[in-house]
Amino acid sequence: MATQAEHSSTNRRDFLYVATGAVAGVGAAAVVWPLINQLNPDASTLALATIEYDISAIPEGQTVTITWRGLPVFVRHRTAAEVEEAKAVPLSELKDPETDEQRTKEGHEPWLIMIANCTHLGCVPTGEAGEFDGWFCPCHGSEYDTAGRIRKGPAPKNLVVPPYEFVSDTLVRIG
Amino acid sequence: MSEHSTYVPGSAVEKWLDDRLPIIRFSKEHLMDFPTPKNLNYWWTFGAILVMCLGIQIVTGIILAMHYTPNIAMAFDSVEHIRRDVNGGRVIQAVHAVGASAFFAALYIHIFRGLFFGSYKAPREILWILGVVIFILVMATAFMGYVLPWGQMSFWGATVITNIFSAIPLVGNSIMELLRGGFAVGNPTLNRFFSLHYLLPFIVAAVVALHIWALHVPGNNNPIGVEVKDSRDTLPFHPYYTMKDALGMVVFLIPFAWFVFFAPDILGHPDNYIQANSQVTPTHIVPEWYLLPFYTILRAIDFNVLFIDSKLGGVIAMGGSMLCLLVVPWLDTARVRSGSFRPLFKWFYALFVLNFIGLTYMGAQDPSVPLNNILGKVFVAYYFIYFLVILPVLSRIETPKPLPTSISESVLGKAHA
Repeated sequence: MATQAEHSSTNRRDFLYVATGAVAGVGAAAVVWPLINQLNPDASTLALATIEYDISAIPEGQTVTITWRGLPVFVRHRTAAEVEEAKAVPLSELKDPETDEQRTKEGHEPWLIMIANCTHLGCVPTGEAGEFDGWFCPCHGSEYDTAGRIRKGPAPKNLVVPPYEFVSDTLVRIG
Repeated sequence: MSEHSTYVPGSAVEKWLDDRLPIIRFSKEHLMDFPTPKNLNYWWTFGAILVMCLGIQIVTGIILAMHYTPNIAMAFDSVEHIRRDVNGGRVIQAVHAVGASAFFAALYIHIFRGLFFGSYKAPREILWILGVVIFILVMATAFMGYVLPWGQMSFWGATVITNIFSAIPLVGNSIMELLRGGFAVGNPTLNRFFSLHYLLPFIVAAVVALHIWALHVPGNNNPIGVEVKDSRDTLPFHPYYTMKDALGMVVFLIPFAWFVFFAPDILGHPDNYIQANSQVTPTHIVPEWYLLPFYTILRAIDFNVLFIDSKLGGVIAMGGSMLCLLVVPWLDTARVRSGSFRPLFKWFYALFVLNFIGLTYMGAQDPSVPLNNILGKVFVAYYFIYFLVILPVLSRIETPKPLPTSISESVLGKAHA
C-alpha cells in the first residue's frame, strides 16, 4: 500500500489538500452569503407588497399614479375610443405582442393598471403623449400605445402589468 | 530599487530605525532620489494632480459626512443645511462637488496622455490596467456620491443606472433588487450608497499605491517613448519633479478655485435642487458631464441584434468601451511608443480626441432628434473602430519616423537646434 501510494501521481496528501481546500471554500461561501443577502429587500419592504385601492373616484380619461412596493403604478380609466384603438392594432405591428385582453381584466376593460416605469431604464413616461396616444418616455424616447404596449424607441417590453385582481367593481388589490 | 539610493543613515537613531523599518530609506528611494526621465513635459504632472484631487475629495468628504444624514427624509435637507448653516460648509461642499469634476478632468487628461505617448505598452501593461481599474472605481464612487443629495437627478440617475443591471439575462432583476435593497430606489439604496461612497475612495487609494508601485518598476515613460539608458537620461524626482508637479498643481487649482468661488453649481443640474420624487421623472435625465461619453454609448444601441435586445446591447457596448481600454496594450502592437513619431497615428488620435468630445456632447442631447441619434451612433462607431481596427492595422502598416537614440540626445539636440 505504502509503496503504491508513493509511486502513484496522486497520493493521500494531495487528497487531503484538495479536501481541506474544498471544505474551506464551502465554509467561506457560507459566511459570505449572509453578508451579500443582507442587501436584498428586507422584511419591511416585502411587507408592503400588497395594497388595495378604490378606483371609484377616477373619472373616464383620467390617470392616477399610486405607489406599490415603492414603484409608481398608473391606474388609467380609459375612454371607449382608447380601448377601441388598442384593440384595433394587429399583433404583427407589436414589438412585444400582447392583446389588449391580455393586459386588462375581463369585464373591466376600461381599466389599465401598469407599473409606471419605462421598461428601458425605469423613467416614468408622460401620459397621453407620443404618436400612439399612450405614453411617451422623456428619457430615451420610448413610445407606448393606449394599452401601454411598446411601439417605438429603445424599450424592449410593454409596460409591466402587476399581478392584481378586482375585489369588487370599485376596489382593486395589487400584489 | 536600492541601487538608486544614496541613503546613509545619518544618526544612531536613523540607523536603529533603518534596521527595523527602513521607511526613511524607502521614502528617499521612491519620493526623492527616484530616477525620472529628464524630458517629462507638463502632461506628466497630472499624476500628481490626481493624487491631490483624491486627497481633496477624501478630506472634504470626511467633513461632509460629519454633517450629512443618509436617510431619504433628511438627506436633501441635510445637504442644504451644510450649504447654509454649517460654518464654511458652503465652500467645503462646493470644493467636494467641483472637486469631483476636477478629478475627472485630470483623469481624462491623464488617460489621453497615456494613449498618445503609448504609456500602456510593454513593460507597463499592468500599470495601465491598474489605471483603468482606478478610473472605473472613481466613476462608481462619483455616481454613488451624486445620489447622496437625494435630488431628482440623484434619484433618477440611481434608477437608470441600477436598471442597467436588469438587462442581464435571467438573473438581472434579482441583481437589480439586490443592489437597490427594494423594488425601487429608496432608503436602503441611499444608505448603502453612502456606506460604499465612504469606502471606495480608500480602495482607490490602495489601487493608486499599486499603480505607483507598478510605475516604479519600469520607471516613467516619456514624451519620446525611448527607454532610459543611463543616468544621463534622468534626474532625481526631488527637487526637479516635485517642483514641476507643484507648479502643475497650483495652476490646476486656479480654475478649480474659480468654479468653487464663482460658479459652484454651474456643473450641476437645476433638477437636483428639487427633492427626489419617485412619481415624476425630470424631462431630461442627464448624468454629470464626466459620465456623458459612456451614457451616449449606452443609449446608442436602440436596435436589437439577433437575440440581444436593445437594452442588453447598450449595456454590452458600454462594458465593451471599458474593455477596449483594458486591452489596448494588446491592440496597439506598434513598437514605437510615442505618437510624436507616428505620422499616421497622430491624425487618428486627434480624431479620437475630437470624437470623444463629440460623445460627451451627445450624451446631453435629446436622442429622439434624428440628427443627434445618427451622430451619436457615428461617434460610438468611431470609438470602437479606433481601438479594434485602426490601432491593430496601423501597428502593421505604419512606418514610424526615426527615433532619437536616447533621451539625453533628444534633449540636447533640441537645445542646439
